[in-house]
Amino acid sequence: MKKTLNGAMTALGLILLCSAANAQDPIKLGVLEDQSGDFAAATIGKVHGIQLATEEINAAGGIAGRPLELVIYDTQSDNTRYQEFMRRVLQRDKVDAVFAGFSSASREAYRPIVNQFDGLAFYNNQYEGGVCDANMIVTGAVPEQQFSTLLPYMMETYGKKVYTIAADYNFGQISAEWVRNLVKDGGGEMVGEEFIPLGVSQFSQTIQNIQAAKPDFVVTLLVGTAQASYYEQAAAANVNLPMASSVNVGQGYEHKRFKPPSLANMYATVNWVEEVDNPQSKAFVERWHKKFPDEPYINQEAENSYLAVYLYKQMVERANGSTDKEELRKVIAQGDVCYDAPEGKVCLDPKSQHMSHSIYLAKVNEDHSISFPKVWNDIKPYWLGEVGCDLTKKDPSEQYTPSNLPKAAD
Amino acid sequence: MTVLFSIFSFLYQTGDAFAFLVLSACGLAIIFGMMGVINLAHGEFIMCGAYVCAAAARAGLPLPIAILAGALAAGFAGMVIERIIIRPLYDRPLDTIVATWGVSMVVTQGTLILLGSTMPGTGTPFGSFTVGPYSYSVYRVVLMVAALGTLGLLWVGFTKTRFGVLARATIQVPHIAQALGVNTGLVYSLTFGLGAALAGLAGGLYAPTMTLVPTMGSAFVVEAFVTVVVGGADIFLGTAPAALVLGAVKASLTSWQGQLAGQIGLLVAVIIVIRILPRGISGWILRERT
Repeated sequence: MKKTLNGAMTALGLILLCSAANAQDPIKLGVLEDQSGDFAAATIGKVHGIQLATEEINAAGGIAGRPLELVIYDTQSDNTRYQEFMRRVLQRDKVDAVFAGFSSASREAYRPIVNQFDGLAFYNNQYEGGVCDANMIVTGAVPEQQFSTLLPYMMETYGKKVYTIAADYNFGQISAEWVRNLVKDGGGEMVGEEFIPLGVSQFSQTIQNIQAAKPDFVVTLLVGTAQASYYEQAAAANVNLPMASSVNVGQGYEHKRFKPPSLANMYATVNWVEEVDNPQSKAFVERWHKKFPDEPYINQEAENSYLAVYLYKQMVERANGSTDKEELRKVIAQGDVCYDAPEGKVCLDPKSQHMSHSIYLAKVNEDHSISFPKVWNDIKPYWLGEVGCDLTKKDPSEQYTPSNLPKAAD
Repeated sequence: MTVLFSIFSFLYQTGDAFAFLVLSACGLAIIFGMMGVINLAHGEFIMCGAYVCAAAARAGLPLPIAILAGALAAGFAGMVIERIIIRPLYDRPLDTIVATWGVSMVVTQGTLILLGSTMPGTGTPFGSFTVGPYSYSVYRVVLMVAALGTLGLLWVGFTKTRFGVLARATIQVPHIAQALGVNTGLVYSLTFGLGAALAGLAGGLYAPTMTLVPTMGSAFVVEAFVTVVVGGADIFLGTAPAALVLGAVKASLTSWQGQLAGQIGLLVAVIIVIRILPRGISGWILRERT
């Protein structure tokens, strides 16, 4: 009896020792974001959001008793850097999860590597939608949340003739396809569509092409700081057309960077921006400015990145401290991984591992202040599930688009 | 009437592309054509001019003075860099490429760290005017005039002034010029400074129309190099006609098929020109004359 008790005591002691050692062991998060290069203006805030959440979580005792440690690399707005650093964080730094990516091109560049090493990556950015991949969790907004709300509103308010200018890569091309389909469904007409290579900064001729087509409003899906020169040049040429966008204001805070009124009458669907007026947002902005007093603007991707850390914390704690991908996905499959974010309550959808959002219609006024003519609460990321992506059953690791749907036989 | 409107629109667009190419290229052309240095930090001199211009304009200086301040600041920075970094490398032209590339990276990242990821703009002055169905920005006409004015002033400077004569003498036969009492070191320094100041001028002129970010120079650099490659070493016989040809190609293709076609057309035009005229337009004109 005494012997068994001794054995049990030793075993207990060992377990205690192990868990004590465990408690010392930090949970490591890889952070790959563009802190320099063409996208830096929109993404530095994402890193700050992750740092703020980490600081708060660590101050409150960490995740399941373990401190959170960040491994941060600057990907320099360069897709090959993403591949390089993604290998590094997964192989050498052995992080538990990675928060990575701004442009869709960079996401598609690193995604095969996450698949190869069977890692877990959070993409905290709005995008063109359609990624059905069990290794990815997407906290940004997608077209059924941003365009299905924005375009009917714009066509009702301003008219049915639409002109799209979009950045010429996967984000712009697929988003433009969404716009095209929604305009057609709403009985509207595409009077023009132009794709602009990334890095182009002179828009004189594009402006004239738009004027020649006489649209009722322009959908601007321009990405990067070079392309943002469009607004100043369009305003100088007195184009004076309402604009609609899924990326402006909420991502590039053009209304802060340009002199009024060059962005007047821009409508953007955002899942959060710092102007959102509710107590939770106000407190969030205040905490942020305490840590980062010089932040020029807190954009929606900064909020997405911040809340993603809390979602991860919740998932790990509900998986009894495990950071194993499959254990975490079992938690997601319960369908109630939710968080009270500054934008309102958000939940992860088990089928697509995308997130529901409150969608705010942000209107830029003459003086570049923001008003919110309309708010849609709790818009689900339904499209992937509807077309047949169900990650609880099968992991195709594909990106689907309206013209590239999952095959029924799959 | 519609034909007239279309002609005006084509001229305006060509002029706009021409102004952009001339202004972004002439600083590069002077430094390359006169000194044989391929300056990969050209875009950063442009960025320097734009930042100083925007800061001065927001501090309350009138825009023309702010633009000149941008050009002077870039020119001064250019002279400092010439003295410290370029001067020991005059006999090693390939090494100057690496050195200026390094300067470019240090300046871009340094600006990002010191001044942040963006800088608020100043807004484009002068408003717009309407011809037929289209409205145009007045400021872009100012840019065209500025491009022509810059070319004119450079021509006067290099042919009619003492500095121009000394500069050309130094570039052609440096040791004879030195034997005749020319301070060649100073001439090199001033020429590099002039090239940098022209880059700064381009930055200052375009600052009100663009996003001000540390990487903004890269928006100019490709077009600047393309123009210099097509034009060849001489700024008046090369850069200006090259900018005109490329501007017309770009404007017509962009109006026909959009920005992508414009970009492709620009690069295809370059390939064709260097295949037929390996020494650029100016090399071809000069050979015709001799």
